[in-house]
Amino acid sequence: MLLLASPALLVVLALVVVPVGWFLGLSVYDGGFTIEHYRRIFVEDVYWRSFALTFRIALVVTAGTLLLGYPVAYAAARLARPWDVLILLCVVLPFWTSVLVRTYAWLVLLQRTGLVNQLLTGLDLVGEPLALVHNEFGTVVAMVHILLPFMVLPLYAAMKKIPDELILAGASLGGGPMHVFRRVFLPLSLPGVVAGLTLVFVLCLGFYITPELLGGGRTIMVSMVVSRNVELYNQWGAASAVAGVLLLAVLAVFFVVGRFLPLDRLLGQK
Amino acid sequence: MRRLSPGRLALGVFVVLVLAYLMIPVLIIVPMSFSGTRFLTFPPPSWSLRWYFEYFGSRNWMQATQVSLIVGAATVLIATPMGVAAAYAIVHSRLRLMRAVHLLLMLPLMVPIIIVAVGIFFVYVKLGLIATIPGLVLANVMLGLPYVVTSVVAGLRGFDPTQEMVARSLGMNRLRSFLAVTLPQIRPSVLAGAVFAFISAIDETIVGLFVSGGQYQPLTKRMFTALRDEIDPTIAAISTLMTAVSFLLVLSTMSGRRRRGA
Repeated sequence: MLLLASPALLVVLALVVVPVGWFLGLSVYDGGFTIEHYRRIFVEDVYWRSFALTFRIALVVTAGTLLLGYPVAYAAARLARPWDVLILLCVVLPFWTSVLVRTYAWLVLLQRTGLVNQLLTGLDLVGEPLALVHNEFGTVVAMVHILLPFMVLPLYAAMKKIPDELILAGASLGGGPMHVFRRVFLPLSLPGVVAGLTLVFVLCLGFYITPELLGGGRTIMVSMVVSRNVELYNQWGAASAVAGVLLLAVLAVFFVVGRFLPLDRLLGQK
Repeated sequence: MRRLSPGRLALGVFVVLVLAYLMIPVLIIVPMSFSGTRFLTFPPPSWSLRWYFEYFGSRNWMQATQVSLIVGAATVLIATPMGVAAAYAIVHSRLRLMRAVHLLLMLPLMVPIIIVAVGIFFVYVKLGLIATIPGLVLANVMLGLPYVVTSVVAGLRGFDPTQEMVARSLGMNRLRSFLAVTLPQIRPSVLAGAVFAFISAIDETIVGLFVSGGQYQPLTKRMFTALRDEIDPTIAAISTLMTAVSFLLVLSTMSGRRRRGA
């Protein structure tokens, strides 16, 4: 049986485990063992500022997707055909549209002469077109859009498992709709909430294309620090140390969450 | 939704707004791509097919499209049988080790892609795989495997393995009984996995940025570099085509799955 899985295993070993291990090795080996690169991350503020920015964006985006995604998942789980299918289609179709294409779309929508600014100035809500893109704001708006399906799909899966009878029972015992929602539905949907929060947060930490194209060169997230140190500055040690801390953060999240939820289920959403 | 209370109405309005936020950016590209001007205002002041002519008339864009399609097809052909075999092993083995195997195969989805990309770049430099088609295919097989494995594991778990045992008791060997009995019944999940691996390969950008070059650059890499400089409307035309392909593939797999009642 192991033999059957071995071609796939070999590919993952050769193209993930070995390359990542090799790359990360550079952070502690630079002609000899060193922790200089890690020391620099903590001392030089370019690095920790990028980590702080990345965590802040990840928190905002994760909260945003939960806020927007929970009601959508709720509607999809509770409505009858064809509405539930329609809602899921609106979630799944963007999900399978290229991230690059969606980032480009936001560039077009949010630019100075873009549709959003046209609407705002046309309705006299603002005098001057707003700077909506090439900054952190545009990055966050597009990231919430791109990551929203990763929140909605696990939420929907968890909510679909809640039997209707439980809601009816709650109501027949005299609970109002809000009360039943708070005491029955919400607690039972929590596994979905945890799965969604984890996926979105972890994906945020490693986001690259969107901040690179919409961040205007000022929203430097951690992934961009890694790529710049490789492409522009040829600083392999520094890139490697930053990547090491990033990977550690991601694995820590998975480890903590993995104690409550099986990881194969968590990652099986897409 | 029996009675329309104010709370339900508010919820409905909110959900519609969020769905608009999800769909509008994906759809807005379509009218933009038929614009007659270089400036992407909405609605376009005039209509034309010039950005499509620009795309189909450009040697660079056509070459990049060819690379993407070849890489996508090769990825599916390699990743699908590999992923099906691994999924079969994961579902049918009683070894505890298999949980670890399953998790390892999910690794491409867990590790931030930029770290994988730089690592692969590093290894490819040593192996001479930079700016080659095999290099791109290999990386995309790795990235596509989790989709095939996830989809087929789910398919196999919903399938009664005793049917395969019956076939074997009647004298078929394991491979033949799998091909004759199991595979036809889990076909939707295999197809879905293959489609997702294809879309993932076509959309892959970041590894391509690091390991591709010269005449073997995928479409997404050329789009990304073009976008860094300016908002080129040709990209709206390409985006429209890419989105149309994704929509068609996803819709056909979804309806295929529904028809078979899975």
